[in-house]
Amino acid sequence: MSTTLQLSRRRFLQGSLGALTLAVTSGGLVTIARAADADAKKYGADSMPGGTVDDPLVFVSIAEDGTVTIVAHRAEMGTGVRTSLPMVVADEMEADWDRVRVVQAEANEARYGNQNVDGSRSMRHFLMPMRRVGAAARQMLEAAAAVRWSVPVSEVRAVRHEVIHQSSGRRLGYGELAADAARQPVPGTEQLKLKTRDDYRYIGKDQVRLVDLEAIGKGQATYGMDMRLPGMVYAVVARPPVVGGKPRRFDSEKALAVPGVVKVVEIPAFQGAPAFQPLGGVAVVARNTWAAIKGREALEIEWDDGPNGGYHSADFRETLAQASRATGKTIRDNGDAVSVWNDAAETERFAADYYIPHLAHASMEPPVATVLIKEGRAEVWTSVQNPAAAQQAVAARLKLKPEDVKVNVLLLGGGFGRKSKPDYVDEAAIVARAMPEGTPVKLVWTREDDIHHDYLHTVSAERLEAVIDQAGKVQSWLHRSAAPTIASLFAEGAKGQQLFESAMSAINMPYRIPNVRVETAEVAAHARIGWFRSVANIPHAFAAQCFIAELAHRAGKDHRQFALDLIGPPRRIDPGDMADTWNYTESPERYPYDTGRLRGVIEAACQGAKWGRELPKGHGLGLAFCYSFMSYTATVVEVAVDEKGAVRVLAVDMAMDCGPQINPERIRAQMEGGAVMGLSLALTSEITFEKGRVKQSNFHDYQVLRHNASPRVIRTHLLNDDHDLPPGGVGEPPVPPVAPALCNAIFAATGKRVRSLPVGTVT
Amino acid sequence: MTQLKINGKTRDVEVPEEMPLLWVLRDELGMTGTKFGCGMALCGACTVHLDGAPIRSCVTPASAASGREISTIEGMASDRVGQVVQQAWVEHNVAQCGYCQAGQIMTAVGLLKKTPAPTEEQIDGAMGGNICRCGTYPRIRAAIKQAAGRLAQGGE
Repeated sequence: MSTTLQLSRRRFLQGSLGALTLAVTSGGLVTIARAADADAKKYGADSMPGGTVDDPLVFVSIAEDGTVTIVAHRAEMGTGVRTSLPMVVADEMEADWDRVRVVQAEANEARYGNQNVDGSRSMRHFLMPMRRVGAAARQMLEAAAAVRWSVPVSEVRAVRHEVIHQSSGRRLGYGELAADAARQPVPGTEQLKLKTRDDYRYIGKDQVRLVDLEAIGKGQATYGMDMRLPGMVYAVVARPPVVGGKPRRFDSEKALAVPGVVKVVEIPAFQGAPAFQPLGGVAVVARNTWAAIKGREALEIEWDDGPNGGYHSADFRETLAQASRATGKTIRDNGDAVSVWNDAAETERFAADYYIPHLAHASMEPPVATVLIKEGRAEVWTSVQNPAAAQQAVAARLKLKPEDVKVNVLLLGGGFGRKSKPDYVDEAAIVARAMPEGTPVKLVWTREDDIHHDYLHTVSAERLEAVIDQAGKVQSWLHRSAAPTIASLFAEGAKGQQLFESAMSAINMPYRIPNVRVETAEVAAHARIGWFRSVANIPHAFAAQCFIAELAHRAGKDHRQFALDLIGPPRRIDPGDMADTWNYTESPERYPYDTGRLRGVIEAACQGAKWGRELPKGHGLGLAFCYSFMSYTATVVEVAVDEKGAVRVLAVDMAMDCGPQINPERIRAQMEGGAVMGLSLALTSEITFEKGRVKQSNFHDYQVLRHNASPRVIRTHLLNDDHDLPPGGVGEPPVPPVAPALCNAIFAATGKRVRSLPVGTVT
Repeated sequence: MTQLKINGKTRDVEVPEEMPLLWVLRDELGMTGTKFGCGMALCGACTVHLDGAPIRSCVTPASAASGREISTIEGMASDRVGQVVQQAWVEHNVAQCGYCQAGQIMTAVGLLKKTPAPTEEQIDGAMGGNICRCGTYPRIRAAIKQAAGRLAQGGE
């Protein structure tokens, strides 16, 4: 018998013992499943655990004083979703936002629908359910008023927190109608009268600020790190420095002698694949965080490094480079790219190799969780992207039913994919279980813990080969990627990128090239590989977008025009026509690849940056573009490079087409932030390993962009606010085009090609 | 016993002398507006003022702060410059996740108290120690400029 357990943005089925196979289903989802468990094809929200819920009685309540309480069922990590989804409800129900209160849901996917804030899915999957919630609530209020006045419901209308009887001018506030409205039947989907776009009060209007904005500025907003309970103790963990290691022996005497330290607890090492299990190690519990940190310093531990103790990233880079130059597994094949390459004259062949290192998420709030166990139940307060996964992890650890584990979701001080893995919540549960019942335990990761023990972005060597003829036409294209896979997190020894990774900007490329081949090389993982904001689009788009600029240069053509020619006239491509592709779990009919929209963002970014203008010596403009998470982005970066090779980013123009713009001000914020994060990974960020250990430890050696290096100008261009289109993602799509645009700009400024990240100084 | 004067109020705490002010504020006094980000004075999330100047509370021993005026984000609502800066932060919708913003605001208030009309370079210099992983830097810059303008007009 097998149980279904949602582990991540993808759907993983976990069997009990043995007979597990790593399979790729027809739709391209990676599943770890018994072959017989493959289920029917579902798309979008329907493919997610919990699906969607659109019951107004679940999401909306109205007090007698008229206060409307709306449930935010998805966690806030900085994208604004805790504001934007309730805002959609408020708009449809004609609630006055000033009289709306937002409350955060605890983990309960059966009640609220999917809660995993990941994959740029929140608005994509919940715009329509939240509109239906609001419309149903509005119609129930109108129906209650019509009954009260004994008039046909067609004669009444809800307007801004009250229902009005048009002809008599009678009015009833939402508070006065609340009790009666709650007894009205919930209208079925087919009876709902959704607003037309002209009637929107908040959607697309930038009238609503973040619900937590003022509290944040006053230091009053509560993040996971800020949880406090009476009698609470604090824990930090000494984890194995190498993934898969464990303590050979440890001595806790000196740690226990540190004032304030109350206990030392061993955390068991993970079994099988790492998944979301703790790394293991030794926890020190104390009366405050500082004492716990001092106690940990006093622990004496001898580590057994295990099989990954030989992991050197400098050596592994060579392994990846070799793998990327050998024939790999073909995952897209149109025409005959290999023969065209083999038959081409040397002068028509062009190849380039790119490298993108491991990256750490480094959210400003390190991982943290508080757990209290009492009377056969557990309560958790934490900052997680995936509350249900945290609930399942704690329930499994404590041998409780999930419904006996209450997970309270506090604000996240950043997430970027890291906090969808609840290993730190599991650690807190293990420590809480070792303490006297009823002792709340807050388990804190320090910054060093966060950098040393992250679920890292993969490390990647990308090989591109093209045949470009004398006329500058690209006749063949080969993209071969060598990178450890995220699937290695869930299946021991899994090698080579899976379809869901390759689909991100390697398979899904729309260029009009007669011969296309995409391959992936089978390389092993020696670290915990996880998803990082925009995932495999980072290396794939970096390589492909730099390569197109290189081809344009070789053809002696303007990059922008060359790219537009390569894309060709506007058309809609079924992603399935490129390969048996994954399409971010979405239906290919609903979300085709629309090259017209891609052209639109390229043209807008170039226009914003005044592409083609004269620039001073040492300055350059660079372009790159990407389709990811059902949205289209293009970026133009302007750089200045001085004689010493120091790079200064002067301006970024970012254009995005995500379809309907629900909260444009927050979309622009994500674009600005994506530009900065993209520049961080392009310019300075890199995680390296020696003897299986992460060499970096804090912000002095894992560097991210600071104020003084941040461009002073980031112009955002939002296109195509078409509410007839299904929504695209917003959080991740801004990141991928930034690094290649930067490197293309450096080439324009200096004539030097940077094919390896981070850029550092141009030499 | 260590005596601390925080936002004008005197607090007695029983902590080791070398315990950083950050953990005294957060764990002992429950003043969680001041954030933990790095523990090594590298990110600025823990910024508070000591006698009016921004310092990193994560590396400042409580004993070193004793007998001096400590101001935290919780005290900014009753500080003239603090209020103007907080208001500018709201008007520019600066925060994304918001975790670093208390530290950003504390550094910005310190900057404007010392340098009421900062140049771009002075903003870079003062703010360079405060990291925002969400990338709100352009809005922080705009908010600082607006606050400087308001303060120059003697405004609220």
